[in-house]
Amino acid sequence: MSGAGAALHRRTLSELARGLAHEEFTARELTEALLARVESYGKDLNAFITVTAERALQHAERADTARRNGDAGALNGLPIVHKDLFCTRGVLTTCGSRILGNFVSPYDATVVAKLRLAGAIMLGKTNMDEFAMGSSNETSYFGPVKNPWDLALSPGGSSGGSAAAVAARLVPAATGTDTGGSIRQPAALTGTVGLKPTYGRVSRYGMVAFASSLDQAGVIARSAEDAAMLLQEMAGFDRRDSTSVDQPVPDYRAAIGASLKGMKIGIVRQHFDAGLDPECEARIREALAVLEGEGATLREIDLPNIGLSVPTYYVVAPAECSSNMSRFDGVRFGHRAENPRDLSDLYCRSRGEGFGAEVQRRIMTGTYVLSAGYYDAYYLKAQKVRQLISRDFRDAFSSVDLIAGPTAPTTAFALGEKTDDPITMYLNDIYTIGANLAGLPGVSVPCGFAAGLPVGLHLVGPHFAEDRLLNCAHQYQQHSDWHTHCPEAYA
Amino acid sequence: MSLSKDQVQHIATLARLEIADEELSEVAEKLSRIVDFVDQLQAAPTDDVEPMAHPLNQTQRLRPDEVTEHDQRDTFQANAPAVQDGLYLVPKVIE
Repeated sequence: MSGAGAALHRRTLSELARGLAHEEFTARELTEALLARVESYGKDLNAFITVTAERALQHAERADTARRNGDAGALNGLPIVHKDLFCTRGVLTTCGSRILGNFVSPYDATVVAKLRLAGAIMLGKTNMDEFAMGSSNETSYFGPVKNPWDLALSPGGSSGGSAAAVAARLVPAATGTDTGGSIRQPAALTGTVGLKPTYGRVSRYGMVAFASSLDQAGVIARSAEDAAMLLQEMAGFDRRDSTSVDQPVPDYRAAIGASLKGMKIGIVRQHFDAGLDPECEARIREALAVLEGEGATLREIDLPNIGLSVPTYYVVAPAECSSNMSRFDGVRFGHRAENPRDLSDLYCRSRGEGFGAEVQRRIMTGTYVLSAGYYDAYYLKAQKVRQLISRDFRDAFSSVDLIAGPTAPTTAFALGEKTDDPITMYLNDIYTIGANLAGLPGVSVPCGFAAGLPVGLHLVGPHFAEDRLLNCAHQYQQHSDWHTHCPEAYA
Repeated sequence: MSLSKDQVQHIATLARLEIADEELSEVAEKLSRIVDFVDQLQAAPTDDVEPMAHPLNQTQRLRPDEVTEHDQRDTFQANAPAVQDGLYLVPKVIE
């Protein structure tokens, strides 16, 4: 490989696409270079559950042939990784759980199929909190992912493996999923860009379900431009997902060049409370000043019920989780307990052995709030408060174009620091959960450092305003360079 | 604590989860903290508020009742812990 090849990992997805198009290097060379980094650093970070090296090289050669034949898709030859929650045909799909520890998916998720058809090369499947239930990656059956900025810290979660792999420059972009902040919070804690689209924008077919009214697939990348490039290929109607929305997909890359002049940005008063670390707040305020400098108008707004978003989420999400998790029964696929006494023993022990502590807690919380005598008091009540929270957002978007604030209350925290108390862990998603409850798109963008660790700026838009969100994020990145910072050990 | 060990055992049975006796008190303690935490919802005034089941307030789309998938039983059963003659095996249910 040429001398330029050694630095391929430093290039963003868009830069790599240009390099491939100009035949500076081949997809095979690029794939080899990044697989070598996955080999060198993947283990220490514990970012991967499965590496699909052989298959990646085959696909890279196919991509090179396709390009020679003038048949290159939009992402032809570009390496990516998938969160291990997306079903990948013929490849282990564990969802970070023992109960799916031996599950080889018989089909591809729509997201996986679409990205493959666009020419993207999958290098492997990334580690995650078990069934995406966690905010630190510590609930994974395969052990926690480490944060590339400091290996003693959590990368956030649940898409922590995807975030760590992108932050450490093992791969230019990754898929993730976001039910309460699982793309945006790890993006903030690792200094990457994390985009959660509108509910229904991207197909959920082939995503292992956690909370079906909240789950959404998205992207972790190094720039808004790269996120736009991937979303372009992922978005769109899918008849296989009954909640997929049949609405045209705009040209996201064409949308990101617009000026911010006249854009009205709402600043949620409740998001700058005592819970926000002062250093993080300073970075957010500086980022807002940059947006203002580009012509945006800042306006303080109220979301009166947003303080109830975490408790609302911890009724709705566990309720849906308890229903979704009932499919794991030790009969049709997944882990099965040995020598069951009877059918009930088979169910109870397969599930007791197969699920980790946090997943069991959420299944039981959900079972409790849905059980006779408690349904109205908890589940129905939470659905009503969810309506109030959504209404607050709708009202806010009648006077502003976007909402901006912090993604997470602090920078990355130490592994083990929050594992004793579930509530402390849950409160990490206090600024992100609202967007899931209301089905809104959100993006986290690196906006500086507090004590040497990345801070994320959170932007939320109305339904299907991904173009506006990405435009704002891209314009911010034209006037800041925080997204180009790389942890020293991985430069 | 809002949930007793007996209540937790009952919930675990409903959820088909085996929990070891020695873990029951810790599970009860953590579940109680979660239930206490979500109890703050009770104070929110929600009279005349429609419960929200779907973020876009969509209704379920229906499809024509047509066969669109071909038989892939062998492929799917390749993941099963125990099968015989195309059937999933479970412990004897009826004596």
